[in-house]
Amino acid sequence: MDASFWAMGGHAAFVWPSYAIGVGLLVALAAASWRGYVAAREAVARLEAEGLRRRRGGSQ
Amino acid sequence: MEGTPAEKPRGSALHRFANPGRFMRLSGALLPWVASAGLALSVVGLGWGLVFAPRDWQQGDTVRIMFVHVPAAWIAMGGYLGLAVASFIGLVWRHPLADIAARAIAPVGAVFTAICLVTGSLWGKPMWGTWWVWDARLTSVLVLFFLYLGHIALSNAFDDPDRAARPAAILALIGAVNLPIIKFSVEWWNTLHQPASVTRLDAPGIHIDILLPLVITAAGFLFVFAALALLRTRTGILERRARALMAARAAEAAAPPAPVPV
Repeated sequence: MDASFWAMGGHAAFVWPSYAIGVGLLVALAAASWRGYVAAREAVARLEAEGLRRRRGGSQ
Repeated sequence: MEGTPAEKPRGSALHRFANPGRFMRLSGALLPWVASAGLALSVVGLGWGLVFAPRDWQQGDTVRIMFVHVPAAWIAMGGYLGLAVASFIGLVWRHPLADIAARAIAPVGAVFTAICLVTGSLWGKPMWGTWWVWDARLTSVLVLFFLYLGHIALSNAFDDPDRAARPAAILALIGAVNLPIIKFSVEWWNTLHQPASVTRLDAPGIHIDILLPLVITAAGFLFVFAALALLRTRTGILERRARALMAARAAEAAAPPAPVPV
């Protein structure tokens, strides 16, 4: 890429931040959504395992 | 999910797929494909727009902002339509999955609206000479952003998310009035924002070399939106399951010990 591409015809200060903010916000949302999903999945697995242990303990 | 048979709308495909168990299986299979399509189309569309699309004879390279701004605006509005439809289904048929979907859609729509507003401002400064103007289009999109934020705030205002679903759904439906206002604001009022140049009844007003990357990015953003909404809906279903398990555990702990048979 030559310098004129990075300069964006003198509008680099507007073009590049648009792409950076657009992509950055979407990546941040995707990461937060994935973290929330993993946390919820682990919480359910833990609670189901606890319930299973309690039921087995109660039946003995 | 439970209810008397009279309360259940039977036989509809919508209701069949709205079963949380079936939804988890189906969305689990779909999600990798939808996310991959979103990522691939977005990268191709944005890369094409940034590197290969021709600069505009009037706007120069600032026209490249359009490849982020316009698809984000479309998804921001389409996402709110999805939020309103889910809210309507949740209100009318009281289906918890619709409420969970509405909660899942709101933050995704809010982020696309934020992208639309910020990139619009970054485009406005070099083209209009101002970051912001209170014209009808910009103001109505800002209202859309606040409607999304209001929905998120209301959904989280109750300890029990199920209790929050009804007021949040009513807010979403009232806010849907804003959608035609956004769409037609550039025709009803004299705005600084230009009128529609792609979504017109006659031929699009932009060249195919610019239209193609724009449409590809829009398709990519649509898939990204769908993937995030699906993922967050799955999270909502799991959180609901976790709450039910915790309630069962608390009920077991509070229950008096079973009488010992003599």
